[in-house]
Amino acid sequence: MRFIWRAAALAAMTALLWSAHAQQPVRIGSTLALTGPLGSAGNIQKVSIEVYLDDLNSRGGLLGRKVEWLLKDDQSRPDLARTLYEQLATVDKVDLLMGPYGTASILSAMGVAQRYGKILIHNSFGTPRLAKYDMQFSASGGAGDPENVWPNLVFDAVATAPKPPKTVAIVTTKFPSAHFIALGAREVAKKRGLTEVLFLEYEFGNRDFGAIAARVKDAKPDFVFAGALGLDGVLLLDAMKKIDYQPPMHFYTFPAPGPMLKLPEAKNALALTTFEEHPPHTGNPQATQFIQGFRERAAKASLPSTSVDLLSTIAYASWQVLEAAVSGARSLDDKALAQWLRQNQVDTVMGRLSWQGTPEGPPNFVMGKDIYKVKQLQDGKWLVVWPQEFAAPGAKLIGP
Amino acid sequence: MPSYTLLGQSALSGVFIGALYGLLGLGLTLSWGMLRQINLAHFALVFLGAYLTYQLGAAGMDPLVTLALIAPAFFLFGAALHLLLARFKVNALNTLLVTFGFMVMLESLIQWIWSADFRRLESHYGDVKWKVGELFVPLPELLTLALACGLALAVWAALRFTDLGKAMRATAEDAPIAAAFGVNEKLLSLLLSGLCAAFAAVAGMCLALSHTLAPSQIYAWIGVVFAVVMIGGLGNPLGPLVAGVVIGVSEGLTMAVTAPVWAPLVSFSLLIAALLLRPEKF
Repeated sequence: MRFIWRAAALAAMTALLWSAHAQQPVRIGSTLALTGPLGSAGNIQKVSIEVYLDDLNSRGGLLGRKVEWLLKDDQSRPDLARTLYEQLATVDKVDLLMGPYGTASILSAMGVAQRYGKILIHNSFGTPRLAKYDMQFSASGGAGDPENVWPNLVFDAVATAPKPPKTVAIVTTKFPSAHFIALGAREVAKKRGLTEVLFLEYEFGNRDFGAIAARVKDAKPDFVFAGALGLDGVLLLDAMKKIDYQPPMHFYTFPAPGPMLKLPEAKNALALTTFEEHPPHTGNPQATQFIQGFRERAAKASLPSTSVDLLSTIAYASWQVLEAAVSGARSLDDKALAQWLRQNQVDTVMGRLSWQGTPEGPPNFVMGKDIYKVKQLQDGKWLVVWPQEFAAPGAKLIGP
Repeated sequence: MPSYTLLGQSALSGVFIGALYGLLGLGLTLSWGMLRQINLAHFALVFLGAYLTYQLGAAGMDPLVTLALIAPAFFLFGAALHLLLARFKVNALNTLLVTFGFMVMLESLIQWIWSADFRRLESHYGDVKWKVGELFVPLPELLTLALACGLALAVWAALRFTDLGKAMRATAEDAPIAAAFGVNEKLLSLLLSGLCAAFAAVAGMCLALSHTLAPSQIYAWIGVVFAVVMIGGLGNPLGPLVAGVVIGVSEGLTMAVTAPVWAPLVSFSLLIAALLLRPEKF
């Protein structure tokens, strides 16, 4: 009888401890560039992730435990990102890590994740061939060879214009993750028989685009492919406006979406995206909830644009990937999560992601195809115009 | 061979950006050359001025009119900053460190109020431009050039031809001797500090008229404006404008005839040349 009582007491204590553990939140650590040159993008991603976490925790969190996000500001500095990820892994002892924003900071975080055997899901790693760690997973939706996939996508899109371009001017920042895409565009344009009338490289942080705009105008291209990040596109368009020039067709790799929207001269500009606020992208309840939640939180955070776009979507999708991996593997173990992701696909708000890499490509990257689309600024709104099946209802690429 | 239109437009663009360099450098050269204060906070003040212009402009005020509010407020801030530096007898090198701290604090303040997002002043000035021959002349840049020339010439004339200016130069040259002749060095220094900060407000207004703003952009201007100030000669109000235009045009023409990546090298090559050829000026 005494034995039975002891066993029962032990079982009750174990259950109590287990229950206490189960009630402890899952702690997930990451940094974002909340200040510094990438601060604009980092703040958009922060809002997006908060929207996701609200929803996740309202559904019970991960494995029945609430999720607590430990967010630190890496100030857009890769060196600081490295230090902060060390802190997250060793001092804060978080259960899981998530990636920061921007290629250089992700690369820093990747080194730390590798040292501690942690999985790292990230969403804005611009140069996939630099990713050597086999437990890193990109949730950006991009291919392992964007220098090939994205220029082909863009040139396919502009080929649908009423008067497809015959000449191209390629203007690019030297910032690594945009530069190699522009170099890829040179190759793709050549293979497609387009004549390159101008190729210009400028330093990242260039202040004066007057002379560059004048050279583009002088070259009279049918199509301007700008390897532009953030504010560059706005500055180039500003400079073009000042000399009364509007390119017939123009593309910017990853422009600052908000300022571009407000710029009249950005009319018909093209850019890359994975998701926009229109059908068919919005055709599911989760997308609707995401858009609604983002609008509310973005307004509270005083973001200049409260519309969901590429930056917010890839952040949201990266946490969807994490949730799917944890639910699928029924574990928080990093190796188990990595194994699950390699063997499965995840349906995110922006499309289906998979990580079945090939030996010739970087680990966990699909080569030769991705889920990116081409969007165009039409009547003050970004609308997907290519590929056709993802285009906004009735939208077509506007060109000369 | 680039066309004459391309060369002309690039040179003109260089003149305009050079004028902005000069305007940014005006307050800096005066505080460095005449007060022996290397005021890094000047750059943050310029941006604070730009953001305030943006804010007041968004509320419907004409950007030029905003100066009536911002410039006097900045004058007071500049004078207060000088009082602080004078109170603790901060030497020239240490002003660099102290004002760097102020710059970081002001950047944080800007970010706290306006966030890290890009901000852009929408004003009627931005839509106005003229065609002169084959060249386009935008109004915001023309205003910047006019203000840069006007202020540089006015300060130069004031320093050269007025008693107040002569007293300021005498104080900069040898404060104790100037004081022996009855010059109130403390009052003049406060006045000059306030003026330098007010010039930052003017530069900020011009920046807001022609550029999209982000707090981190503060640092993008430091290198080239320092080069402009040093090439122009410390304490010389016309120097930054002339040096700015030389650098701006050189950068513009470099971008027009070669790869734009070479442009940033121009300003620093000119700085090195100036340091080698005129070491006595520094």
